[in-house]
Amino acid sequence: MSNAMSVLEGAVSTGFVTVRDAGLTGMVSVRADLTDAATVAALSSCGITVPVVRQIVDGVAWMAPDELLLVTEYADAPALAQKVQAAMADTHALVHVVSDARAVLRVEGAGTKEALAKLCPVDLATLAPGEVRRTRLAQVAAAFWLEDAENAQIICFRSVADYVFGVLQMSARKGSEVGVFTR
Amino acid sequence: MLTLKCPYCGVQACETELSPGYEAHLKRFGPGSSDDDFETYLFTRPNVKGVHFERWRHAYGCGKWFLAARCTTTLEVFGTYSAQTPAPPAEIIEAIKSKRPDWSPET
Ligand SMILES: [Zn+2]
Repeated sequence: MSNAMSVLEGAVSTGFVTVRDAGLTGMVSVRADLTDAATVAALSSCGITVPVVRQIVDGVAWMAPDELLLVTEYADAPALAQKVQAAMADTHALVHVVSDARAVLRVEGAGTKEALAKLCPVDLATLAPGEVRRTRLAQVAAAFWLEDAENAQIICFRSVADYVFGVLQMSARKGSEVGVFTR
Repeated sequence: MLTLKCPYCGVQACETELSPGYEAHLKRFGPGSSDDDFETYLFTRPNVKGVHFERWRHAYGCGKWFLAARCTTTLEVFGTYSAQTPAPPAEIIEAIKSKRPDWSPET
């Protein structure tokens, strides 16, 4: 058994906000028609409630009309996937552990919206906490959500985690504040 | 900047979040069709200056294909709708006619 490592190995960068590796995170992708009653019932039997469009509630994120992402402890992901897989055996669904295919970063500080707004075509002025925004972060795909006005979590593919960390670091460089959200 | 509302996830997606799929509502001519029909299906596009129906994919977002009606000269968007729609829906036609009274859907 290999020793699981988060790809950014705990990297932290302090600019006008702090950008940090969130560490190993459990993630299970569920692909199924989320409007189908059998799907909803099967998920419900595992204690999973399908959130409304684009929301993340209790670690369950709405990613697309046929996709959920379950966010949990790294060690818990395989068992969670097995449980969901078993519950969905009779529905058209795909359940897979994607913890090692993704990376999770955190952005923390008063300028969090600003650091993200420089990189993503998202209206951060209206984005509410708890809304998952899948988008483009500079040149790569990413998903992020605000936990509150000053803290965000970002999920990207593992292979581009270093790039995402780098562009966030640059976006958050001290002295490069635009101040658009504080006016 | 072109901004289209994805009908699947509801995001106002800017052009850089989308992938173009070109003209919508094409009738496919596949195996068994005449060479002329097949050629027209593959290559011949009206390349409209004005009201145009297009396919787009919310590539960086929810990943879904959808359809849009917009003006190719002004980038005015008349509406977006589900990809599971064989012809422009009535509300889209109405939205276009209210802005472009001289326009009529091709038959
Ligand atoms: Zn979408």
